[in-house]
Amino acid sequence: MASAAAAPAYKGTTETSKDNIVEVRNISKTYGTDIHALDAINLAFPTGQMTTLLGPSGCGKTTLLKIIAGLLEPSDGQVFVHGRPVTGPGPERAFVFQDFALLPWATVLRNVGFGLELTKHPKSEREEKARHYINEVGLAGFEDKYPHELSGGMRQRVGLARAMAVDADVLLMDEPFSAVDEQTRRKFQEDLLHLLSVERKTVIFVTHSIEEAVYVSDQIVLLSPRPGRIHATIRPDISRDISPDDIRRNKTYLDTVEEIWTDLRKYLD
Amino acid sequence: MSSATSSTQAGADRPGKKNLLFGLSNTLVYRLLSIVAVFGIWEIAGRIPISVAFPTFGETMQALFEMTLDGRMVHAYGETLKPLATGVIISGVFGVVIGVGMGLNRLFQWMWEPIFIVLQASPVAALIPLITYAYGIGLTAKTVAVIMLAAPIIVLNTYKAVRNASPSLIQMSRSFQGTRMQEIWKVIIPSAAPIIFAGLRLGVAAGFIGVILAELLITPTGLGDLISYHRSIAEYPQMYAAVFSIIVFSAVMVGFLENVEVKYFRPEKKKGL
Repeated sequence: MASAAAAPAYKGTTETSKDNIVEVRNISKTYGTDIHALDAINLAFPTGQMTTLLGPSGCGKTTLLKIIAGLLEPSDGQVFVHGRPVTGPGPERAFVFQDFALLPWATVLRNVGFGLELTKHPKSEREEKARHYINEVGLAGFEDKYPHELSGGMRQRVGLARAMAVDADVLLMDEPFSAVDEQTRRKFQEDLLHLLSVERKTVIFVTHSIEEAVYVSDQIVLLSPRPGRIHATIRPDISRDISPDDIRRNKTYLDTVEEIWTDLRKYLD
Repeated sequence: MSSATSSTQAGADRPGKKNLLFGLSNTLVYRLLSIVAVFGIWEIAGRIPISVAFPTFGETMQALFEMTLDGRMVHAYGETLKPLATGVIISGVFGVVIGVGMGLNRLFQWMWEPIFIVLQASPVAALIPLITYAYGIGLTAKTVAVIMLAAPIIVLNTYKAVRNASPSLIQMSRSFQGTRMQEIWKVIIPSAAPIIFAGLRLGVAAGFIGVILAELLITPTGLGDLISYHRSIAEYPQMYAAVFSIIVFSAVMVGFLENVEVKYFRPEKKKGL
């Protein structure tokens, strides 16, 4: 514990491009003539790691995520996934939406299999996969329920299962827990970490919660607002082998949260 | 997740008992009560009477029964249904297609929107002389009257429903590599279905108004003939029987559309909230 506390919470990134599944090069985004959402962003996302985009509202973090997803066109710059430039949504990326984006007229089973339905997988195959991931996210027994019959936390589990079912390498999560209450959010964060340790995905996670970012991330990218620029990149030095409750009491965890808060508060005035 | 599982199981046991009243479902009892109340007030109002031209509910039902038995009602509906069904089907099919097109494509919207807004805003009864001038006094003129009333409502509702389809669901479909066609058929249309069907129900009801208006104002045929004939010879129970039957028929059609919507487009509504 003492050595962990002595180690600096801030560290630079040293990965070579070969280890980075997603690379963002010189991305800018302007809306109209005067709103500058993102300005010359360069970022690398290491394979198999969880990177959080953290910043106050209006810093363009969701815009950046949607550009990586291929849902928005950048005004300048390029995104590379597996070394290939992104021109639109692709099978190697799956999105988890802030508002869940579930089809209200479809059952949990069809919603989870919807990504596979769109890519024309046969019904038996997509139902089998959907059942598997419904089970993985802890919703077994709810296959025939409709979204309005589920709680907010359960709906987001459906959204997560849908993204897992298409077997993408990269999960893009846009404030996935912001519409979920605090208790459910904590349980969900723990479950997510557990699931990711089994599934080996690269995750790009957008949040405005500092605690959430430090708790779940291998790498945290701090964005400054208007225009969105990279303010700092942080790699919290917290062992993932200790239990969730110990992480929340870990000194490095608490110090990192405090440092980020001190850093970000100047943008709030 | 175990707590969530147990709570829904508990919920699943309940509905069977809770929603019953006198052995009938709760909603059915209240619906019947509402109908009985309206007919009861009608009967009382007829007995006072509030006007010599206002028959009681009983007299009206008796007249309806007689007119159905001697075939007058069946004959009248045969006449009325021709322009009504033609007009409603044309308005429904073309109205939804044009409305969906307008919702998906701006050029298409600009092309059609002015026509239907003008039609919706105009008092159609005042335009009926113009219809007879152009289409004569036959079936075509009556069908046109039905379309003029029904189509604008269906088109404008459909267009707004499609235009306002959930942007987040559309983005979801794109992010999972849905094609534009999949996006339209699997996301936009089901998402717009409740409002499209609300438009269809209103449109069908407006079509009924259109056909009666045409049969009263152009040439008396079918139900319009029954209404105007019985009014002219002061047989008010028969006149009201004709009016009553058209209201019931219209309500049945609207209810039928609601069932189609729930069955084919929005199965989640069947379970109820």
